[in-house]
Amino acid sequence: MTSIVGPASFKFFGIFPAAILSFILPIIGIGLFTYIMARRIAPLVRANPDSRFDQIGKRIVNLAFIWLGQVRQPRYMLAGVLHIVIFAGFLVLSIRSTSLVVIGFSDGFVLPGFGGLFGDVYNFLKDYAATGVLVSCIIAAIRRGIFKPKRYAVPEKLGKDHTAEAVFVLGIISTLMISESLFEASEIAYAFQLTGQEYFLAPLSLVWIFKGMLSSVPQNILQGLHIFMYYVHDLAFFFFLCFLPMGKHFHVITSVFNVFFSRVEKGNIKPVMYGVSDEGLDDLDSFGVKTLEDFTWKHMLDFYSCADCGRCSDQCPANAVGRPLSPRFITIKARDLMFKNYPMSGEIYKSGLIVEDIYTEDEIWSCTTCGACEEECPLAIEYIDKIVDLRRGMVDEGMVPQSLQKPLKALEKRGNPYGKMEKKRADWWAKDKEFKARLDIKDLGKKTADTLYFVDSITSYDDNIQEIARKTSIILDHAGVDFGILGKLEKDSGNEVIRFGEEMLWQDLRDQNTDAILETGVKQIVTADPHAYNALKNDYKGLPGVKHISQVVAEKIKNGDLELKPCQSPDEVYVYHDPCYLGRHNGVYEDPRAALDAIDGLTRVELEKSRDRSFCCGGGGLMLFYEPEEETRMGVLRVNMAAEAGATVIVTACPFCLVNIQDAIKVTGKEGEMEVLDFTELIEQHLV
Amino acid sequence: MEILVCVKRVPDTAENEFELNSSGNDLDRDDLVYSVNEWDNYAVEEAIQIVDKVGGSVTVITVGDDESEEVLRREMAMGANHGILLTDDAFEGSDGKGIATILKAEVEKGSYDLILSGAQADEGAGQVGGMLAAMLDMPYASLVNKIEPGDGKIVVGREIEGGNQEMNEMDLPCVLSIQTGINEPRYVGIRGIRKVASVEIPEKSASDLGIDAASVGSEGALTKRVDYFVPDLGDGAEMLEGSTDEIIEKLIEKLKAKGGL
Repeated sequence: MTSIVGPASFKFFGIFPAAILSFILPIIGIGLFTYIMARRIAPLVRANPDSRFDQIGKRIVNLAFIWLGQVRQPRYMLAGVLHIVIFAGFLVLSIRSTSLVVIGFSDGFVLPGFGGLFGDVYNFLKDYAATGVLVSCIIAAIRRGIFKPKRYAVPEKLGKDHTAEAVFVLGIISTLMISESLFEASEIAYAFQLTGQEYFLAPLSLVWIFKGMLSSVPQNILQGLHIFMYYVHDLAFFFFLCFLPMGKHFHVITSVFNVFFSRVEKGNIKPVMYGVSDEGLDDLDSFGVKTLEDFTWKHMLDFYSCADCGRCSDQCPANAVGRPLSPRFITIKARDLMFKNYPMSGEIYKSGLIVEDIYTEDEIWSCTTCGACEEECPLAIEYIDKIVDLRRGMVDEGMVPQSLQKPLKALEKRGNPYGKMEKKRADWWAKDKEFKARLDIKDLGKKTADTLYFVDSITSYDDNIQEIARKTSIILDHAGVDFGILGKLEKDSGNEVIRFGEEMLWQDLRDQNTDAILETGVKQIVTADPHAYNALKNDYKGLPGVKHISQVVAEKIKNGDLELKPCQSPDEVYVYHDPCYLGRHNGVYEDPRAALDAIDGLTRVELEKSRDRSFCCGGGGLMLFYEPEEETRMGVLRVNMAAEAGATVIVTACPFCLVNIQDAIKVTGKEGEMEVLDFTELIEQHLV
Repeated sequence: MEILVCVKRVPDTAENEFELNSSGNDLDRDDLVYSVNEWDNYAVEEAIQIVDKVGGSVTVITVGDDESEEVLRREMAMGANHGILLTDDAFEGSDGKGIATILKAEVEKGSYDLILSGAQADEGAGQVGGMLAAMLDMPYASLVNKIEPGDGKIVVGREIEGGNQEMNEMDLPCVLSIQTGINEPRYVGIRGIRKVASVEIPEKSASDLGIDAASVGSEGALTKRVDYFVPDLGDGAEMLEGSTDEIIEKLIEKLKAKGGL
């Protein structure tokens, strides 16, 4: 005998050819896997349409960064790095695993191209990959099984803990790594004993270690081990493949598709039904998601793809204040329902009203649409569109809390949620005699200008917030911007109307605003309200360019049109709070900071949760009217974070943030020690 | 169960700022927005819930001008099956008795098991329900905040001063006026209203109903509004200022001074 006998030539008990087993195992495994996948795809086929085959370039970029590059993983450092090692290991070892299957019935099989130097380099790398994966699995198992990070906990009413599944899978992966390495090590040890020839092995890799351990083991045991480990690997491999679609490890298969088909645009809301125009909506029998099958196929793929890592809920402000919403369970509950209604065998069950079945009304109304969950998800799972679709379904069924019915009706009748008269929309200017004397503001219903200042409802009507409108006007005037307002022709931008699921009312507001804006002939739109900014920029179509006031200020400072005085209160410590609809949804992080930093002598600190990890202050628009069940307010947590950062003045750039943080300062009893200012107020104070 | 709900179109208190007209006998109605009277909305929701439970149909009815059709459509979008608009120039200026007379004529043309109205209207006097019951010679309960439909009978709960609750058994048909809070009315969106936009709503005039025009409208009214004004602000309110502790101290002092403590 010159070398060890591989599984393709081995005969069990000297008679039965192992090659037959090696051939049957993959056939059974792949057959079973195909069946399982067909059952899993069944709900996606019945789901609503989704448009995900456009903008291929951007999708490939997402794939390169979020999937292949795993860029979101290190946001949670330890778990992230472990995942990157396991992910990279899987990618490398998938090639080895494929060729191993064939080796079972074809001795010495090498994949095309893996013969020469490339094959040697690959073997060297895959040995380290297997070692890295095993080490990561051990650390991960200790972390999950012993240290049990809090974010993996499952509240009792929401089902069973997933730790057992997680550790079991880590066990299977470890088995794959060990069996593969022992299979190879036994062969090399055998050859070494026979010929004394040394193969170069990656030092300190699993194979290297095992080879050392096996160097003096008798040859007949090595032969047995070689064959045994082959089948351990083969069985574990196909078991793993068929086990993946049964739970949270489905992401191993679906993630590449999920990331490729993930959203490529930010800040916008999906149409009620892809492929149906606004005019065709009246013919639809139903709106939004009412039963499981009303979700789009991509949203179902999201449910399948969730790895249950808990990062979404860890970042979710609604979850943090004890509202009955945890984005993680929006997904997990839907996946459980999919598994239940579409079982592996037998008939498919009919789905009931999903909000009564697995969700509650309060759960779905609790979301502020801040987007923290989506920003964090390593698998690019979407939440806002799903929440909006669920709300559309609830609105269509009349399931709207009384606290929201009044502002919605007022929006329908008066174009603002407060039910104030249309003709009073410009009272922040017209009724303030002192200010009116100082600045003449053009009504673009009668006059023309280059720029429209879109004020929006809260800034127009709320006594306390009207100051933002006056400051914004002063800044624009100071910077030499030729601007005017729509006055009574302006309606609510509707950013929250569409996000609260009142699609037809939103379209009414959008159409009225669009007509009024286009009628003015302005070249650009400026607003100080990030919610209006977001809607006009991302949800409206065919408008002139939209800028937030902070962008205008930063630009004017940069090109010297606007000069700022040294800091008027140099003893204060300022911190900038990123509004969700300016930052996360629109990527405006630097302009407000640049403007603040242009004030000489202003001390500015950063919140730990800032930029794309900013913490929602409580939500804007209709969310101000909603009465949630919660233990504390988001604003209170935010104010405490600012206090921890050592700040005495919170600067924000959103009227709703201002309201929420003002209230929170009162609630926390920090009046006198902490203050909140709108961006426009601070800049106006420092105009030269 | 066949249920008729009487509804009224009123200026919405939440979305208007009321000012008097130049002659001082009514609101300035130029810039007002209208909606269905809040109490009536609860009555319609209750009727829909009863029909969902025991079957039957809900009809909404109003006395008013062409524009009143809008509130009928809104209630039909909520789930009412039919609408009837009673409209005639002769109806204008009717007092409570006049409205009840007009409604009675239509009620007698149908066969309803249950007739609901709101306990009162935003700008009304809370008369019509009781008068209608008397004219129809039917049992009547006011301020109803609970309904348990039965066979030929009905159990209704009434809210009693001081937060007490009373339960009454009544024979059908009967008239009930509904208090807010009896349920949580469902939301009606623009989409819902559009869905019922083309449903025919029959209009009936005084002659269709066989009413003597002289018995209703301003001519038949037994009460006549002679004045309408916003009372002058009194000087009864005082804002206490200062820190919470100071405010409490001042309040205790005041209460002591007035013999409250």
